[in-house]
Amino acid sequence: MSIVVSNISKSYKGVKALSNISFEVKEGELFGLIGPDGAGKTTLFRVLTTLLFADEGQASVAGFDIVKDYKIIRESVGYMPGRFSLYQDLTVEENLNFFATIFGTTIDENYDLIKDIYVQIEPFKNRRAGKLSGGMKQKLALSCALIHKPKVLFLDEPTTGVDPVSRKEFWEMIKRLQLKGITILVSTPYMDEAALCDRIGLIQDGVILQIDSPEAIIKQYPKSIYNVRADNMYQLIQSLKAYEHSHSVYPFGEFVHYTDRRTGFNPVDLKLYLAERQLANITIELTQPTIEDAFMELAK
Amino acid sequence: MENNRVIEVKELTKMFGDFTAVSAITFNVKKGEIFGFLGANGAGKTTAMKMLIGISKPTAGAAKVAGFDVASQAEDIKKNIGYMSQKFALYDDLTVKENITFFGGIYGLTRARIKEKTHKLIEELGLQDLTDKLVGSLPLGWKQKIAFSVSLLHEPKIVFLDEPTGGVDPITRRQFWEMIYKSANNGTTIFVTTHYMDEAEYCDRVSIMVNGKIEALDTPKRLKEQYKAETMNDVFLKLARG
Repeated sequence: MSIVVSNISKSYKGVKALSNISFEVKEGELFGLIGPDGAGKTTLFRVLTTLLFADEGQASVAGFDIVKDYKIIRESVGYMPGRFSLYQDLTVEENLNFFATIFGTTIDENYDLIKDIYVQIEPFKNRRAGKLSGGMKQKLALSCALIHKPKVLFLDEPTTGVDPVSRKEFWEMIKRLQLKGITILVSTPYMDEAALCDRIGLIQDGVILQIDSPEAIIKQYPKSIYNVRADNMYQLIQSLKAYEHSHSVYPFGEFVHYTDRRTGFNPVDLKLYLAERQLANITIELTQPTIEDAFMELAK
Repeated sequence: MENNRVIEVKELTKMFGDFTAVSAITFNVKKGEIFGFLGANGAGKTTAMKMLIGISKPTAGAAKVAGFDVASQAEDIKKNIGYMSQKFALYDDLTVKENITFFGGIYGLTRARIKEKTHKLIEELGLQDLTDKLVGSLPLGWKQKIAFSVSLLHEPKIVFLDEPTGGVDPITRRQFWEMIYKSANNGTTIFVTTHYMDEAEYCDRVSIMVNGKIEALDTPKRLKEQYKAETMNDVFLKLARG
């Protein structure tokens, strides 16, 4: 096991940020911690990277205890915090050199590992980090987190606020790093990124709601989901919510995802009901649940 | 010009030195429409939006927002629009009630009107137990819902939302969108930017900016047909990646 977390809890001034968190990440695994702002993801990352003491529980990273062996852990992990935390007044190359030196290595020694990522920003190596675009800052931060060849990589919300194109590119980089044998713990508020992980933990309000592979989580979804559509979205949502048998009603792209309380649900009844409410062009079709559906059902 | 156009943009351009951040963009937004304004980081969205809300002067071209010219009537625009973003929404060190009173005052509402609006807002959002809580102590999703309501206090014709739901949990994110639908249904025009492509599907029409230009503008349905894509995410990737 590369990361073992058992019963970790942490409170800030009486507010429980983490509540009895336990999970394991295998060597070489890409594990995603999926949850919104305030779920406790950053607190957990800070505990595991030995920057913060937990109130209760134990954890080990790369085989070392997070309290007793904190110095060895700091040498063996790479950490990319959510907020850009490189030196804005140093150039791209100076930042990378700085991190290499701190960890007692050189850029040349581990260049292979960062090459894919670093070549994209190398043309700007004399530019100050503060002057880089968001996407380039990210690539530099990732290069700096990797320069000492860590066994375990912690990426805290690397794609938050990033457009879909850069998000896709970033995930392609993460996947390539995984192929090099690095264990990766990544957090994200974007539910659609869950599918790219081997296993995920869904987290909200400091509690892990479920841990499994994305496929298994979807399989365990307890209900049949229907894509419902009509001309007036607002009226449609209101009408579905007012329907006496409705279990959940969530807008999903151009559709509304609807689940019913009854086991013997017949879409024809619902269509009649909606037509009575003056909705036009109604379609109701069975669809596949997504991770987001699973998350909302668990968080309900 | 048609009367129901609340935003009219014609060849709007902004240059910083030699760099063209926004390059002759042209579009209109109708009353009560939910208009999604998309683009990659650095495509020029924020610069364009700043011109539309009257805080940045165009280099060339023209735009009218709520009937006022962005270059010469910026103060009138500010009175007639609502604005909220992920970065700036409410004051953390003021209570919910204080925030409402403060923004009501800024928008020039009378005391009686503020009182009435506060009551209505608290009722609608079910905030009865939270009125005297500091905004900083509330979950992000709550803050954003309150901020949206506050941006509507002075009953603006248009509200500009700059990534209003970033990081918000999926259930609250949907509650937020239901509030958007409701306002649009009441005739308020919504101009919104987002990085969530499923939210792009919630919009009546969507524009996608690439390198300062609007490369695509249509309903999500027609954009998906045009680019032979399953989702708006695929449309976005095809356009922005080239």
